[in-house]
Amino acid sequence: MSVRVDYRASLSLVGTVLKYLSVPLLLPVVVALAYGETLAPFLPTIAVTFLVGTALERLTPEPDIRAREGFLMVATTWLAVALVGTIPYLIEAHGIPLLVEPIHPESTLGNPANALFESMSGFTTTGATVLGNINVVDHTRGVMIWRQLTQWLGGMGIVVLAVAILPELSVGGAQLMDAEAPGPGIEKLTPKIAETARVLWGAYFVITVVEILLLYGLALAGMAGPNMDAYNAVAHGLTTMPTGGFSPQARSIEAFSAAVQWVIIPFMVIAGTNFALVWQAVAGSPRELLRDTEFRGYLGAMAVLTAILTGLLFTGGFAAGVPQGATFDADYLQQYATTLAGSLEPSLRHALFQAVSIVTTTGYASMDFDTWSAPAQYALLFAMFVGGSAGSTGGSVKVIRWIVVAKVIRRELFTSAHPEAVRPVRLGGNSLDDRAIRGILSFTLFYVTIFFLASFVLFLDAARAGVDFTVLEVISGAASTLGNVGPAFYRLGPMGSYLRFPDSSKLFMVGLMWAGRLEILPLLVCLTPEYWRR
Amino acid sequence: MRVIIVGAGQVGESIAADLSDAHDVVIVEQDPDRVEELNYSLDVLAVEGDGTNVSTLDEVDVADADMVIASTDDDETNIVICSTVKAVSDAFTIARVKNTEYLETWRRSTTAFGIDFMVCTYLQAAESIVRVVGLPAARDADLFADGRVEMAEFDVGPGSPLSGQTVAEADTYDSLTFAALVRDEEMLIPTGGTDIQAGDRLVVIGTPRSVRSFAGDVAPEEGVLSGEVVIIGGSEIGYHVARMLSERGISARLIEQDPDRARWLAEKLPDTMVMETDATDIEFLEREHVGDAEVVVAALDSDEKNLLASLLAERVGAERSVAVIDQADYVDLFEAVGIDVGVNPREVVAEEITRFTRDGGAENVALIENGRAEVLEIEITADSPLVGEPIRESIQSLPSDVVIGAITRGGEYVVPRGETVIQSGDHVVLFVDAEHADDVSARL
Repeated sequence: MSVRVDYRASLSLVGTVLKYLSVPLLLPVVVALAYGETLAPFLPTIAVTFLVGTALERLTPEPDIRAREGFLMVATTWLAVALVGTIPYLIEAHGIPLLVEPIHPESTLGNPANALFESMSGFTTTGATVLGNINVVDHTRGVMIWRQLTQWLGGMGIVVLAVAILPELSVGGAQLMDAEAPGPGIEKLTPKIAETARVLWGAYFVITVVEILLLYGLALAGMAGPNMDAYNAVAHGLTTMPTGGFSPQARSIEAFSAAVQWVIIPFMVIAGTNFALVWQAVAGSPRELLRDTEFRGYLGAMAVLTAILTGLLFTGGFAAGVPQGATFDADYLQQYATTLAGSLEPSLRHALFQAVSIVTTTGYASMDFDTWSAPAQYALLFAMFVGGSAGSTGGSVKVIRWIVVAKVIRRELFTSAHPEAVRPVRLGGNSLDDRAIRGILSFTLFYVTIFFLASFVLFLDAARAGVDFTVLEVISGAASTLGNVGPAFYRLGPMGSYLRFPDSSKLFMVGLMWAGRLEILPLLVCLTPEYWRR
Repeated sequence: MRVIIVGAGQVGESIAADLSDAHDVVIVEQDPDRVEELNYSLDVLAVEGDGTNVSTLDEVDVADADMVIASTDDDETNIVICSTVKAVSDAFTIARVKNTEYLETWRRSTTAFGIDFMVCTYLQAAESIVRVVGLPAARDADLFADGRVEMAEFDVGPGSPLSGQTVAEADTYDSLTFAALVRDEEMLIPTGGTDIQAGDRLVVIGTPRSVRSFAGDVAPEEGVLSGEVVIIGGSEIGYHVARMLSERGISARLIEQDPDRARWLAEKLPDTMVMETDATDIEFLEREHVGDAEVVVAALDSDEKNLLASLLAERVGAERSVAVIDQADYVDLFEAVGIDVGVNPREVVAEEITRFTRDGGAENVALIENGRAEVLEIEITADSPLVGEPIRESIQSLPSDVVIGAITRGGEYVVPRGETVIQSGDHVVLFVDAEHADDVSARL
């Protein structure tokens, strides 16, 4: 069997990306220095990353990237960065034999499967966690900021970042970005693809900084609650724009004041918007934003969901009691049930926050939504399949695909009555050609199929390992990891964790997150024999 | 006036015949037999030669000509003729084209290609069909600015609900301007308080859609088309008819046999239902209830097919049929066989060029009340007195009988109000008393 894919070229580029990954690793170093912590988790990581990167890069002097090599490069890059991302977690738990004592030996991330889950969940901006104790006492501040930073790096896309800074990717770059970017196809904002990548990352960086400043401003003004400080402002700034959802606070955004929750909402909305549109809006034509079909659909989906949830919470839509093993107690349930019922602002705020958080696949929570009644929870489960806009940092199916699916269904109904009628599927002023429509339909169907199969695999594995899960728990866990959302329900809820899954299930979910971030096809295509042979 | 016409096909000949009584007409034509024929049949000078050659043009003294009309059957040839003429002469150039893209280019800059006036065959034919189909009640109707603005004249009958109302009460439309009211041979510029009486005649300017709705107010019984229009054939003419009808809010179905063309049409015409099939399929016509249509427009690419399609449609029950007929000789024959209105594109274009040649000047003109007033479309240049100030102020510098009826800016309709500021490049459709028409059009 002769291999027709120049895998050396792909691996060489992965090496280049890894080499550069050692630069952002300096942020946790700075944080560790600032708080007088040990640098042990990071210096070896930087060294390993740089050396492995340089070694891989040497495989081919001038990598020639075509479509096939592009898929392989993108898929392996994401696995490689996730693997590298585990090093600080592992060192924190185990230390380095003979050199460094373990720092927090009780850390759950000492288990390599857990570390990989956490790292992949970070880079893919999922936000599902297997940390046992989420705080900066049981973990160093440096490691916790690294966990946040993985999400920020993964948000706009590691390959997009590489295209922005590596001149050798000027030709194959569009191909690579296409394989990585969420949504069907990329939009070139400028004639040069590197320039487009730079614009995207630039906008991403600026908005992140604005959010950090706002959050810190609230803290200085004393309006953010006792837990907000510079560290938390940076930490949450790093995970809002990538629709990540990690937080160094065990109670997520519940740890902060209502003002902080209100400030974070618009940033989640921006994060789930097509960045090309955001850029155009900032660059001078904000009206384009409201004229855009997908943006309207996106806002509409969140508005409808918010209205339903507000209505449910306002009328006391809470669980009747506390189930065994829940992530909340009776007092907590009682407190929210009484403060939300009949009062508009908190009902609206919590409904809006959760709706936006789940639709954009961020995964923050302003309260434990496991306390909600079954219809409210079901609405959130449904929202996990919506996803953000194409070209945003959001995951899942994406609004644009659902819009196309709805329009195709309407067309089918119409042409059943009038077989001769010609009805192009329109998006805004343009109409989609049939090839694009086929791509979107098959992706959507494929996504749903994989979701059902994945749920089934998780059930079987849990049964094998003898761990009991509820149906809602497992299917929401599958939907949440595949869609890069983060929290699911019950013990996997926003205040819970995925720790109870057996290691084999966790590794399977690493695959789901990986596939979900790359929108399945670029990863799956590398697994077909046709890809390698002919 | 000395007029040179290049290309003596049906259009050229018909224009020559109309102009030859009052002007000196020279025809340049490549076909020697045709040249000889024309020299005998018309009071013109016909010369054999290629109009794109400067030597041929020199031969007919193009430098002394006042106007050159390029009316060959080929767009590019007509454009080259006009450009060549502009290089050697100051004559006013008129070109006839089929492709609407050239018209688009020309509208961007009215000096493009060295053409002073461009007429698009398909667009003119479509406008003429839409007039026949769309507003049966209007005494007169004319489209401006690519069909985005319409002027119409209505009689207020004794039974009309408008009689007895004031203009302010009758004017329920945002995008409609009451330009004039004719009563007992006297022309008034209406204000909000003006009473409308039976026997009055109203001149309104606005979007085709609002004009159509207004026609329903004036004469609810017969004022507007109430049923559906079916257009058979997605030719350029069929496309423009569908486009203009949908701009007027008239629902239409368009039948086109070619899959690629049907798809193109469906993309361009979001409000029109495009169907891909052969319109001579009786089973289809019956299944889709084409017989319920009030008007069927046949715009296929051959006269015979148009005849067949129209007759079939009438056979399954359509009330009226309008057909595009390329051969001028067939028009009478087809109308005798059963087609209600035959439209010959070349004849329409020849009429348009002739009318333009007679009226001169403005881009588009409609005469009202036998020439007592005019509705003009003018493209505003930067040095026009209307630019830069609200209309309320700038209108003061013009005679009091000027009414600004409509504005289009970059192809979009703009409602003219007192505070609207006109910009350079806008197209303004205005009503003006014939007395001041020349003065006004020169000053703008």
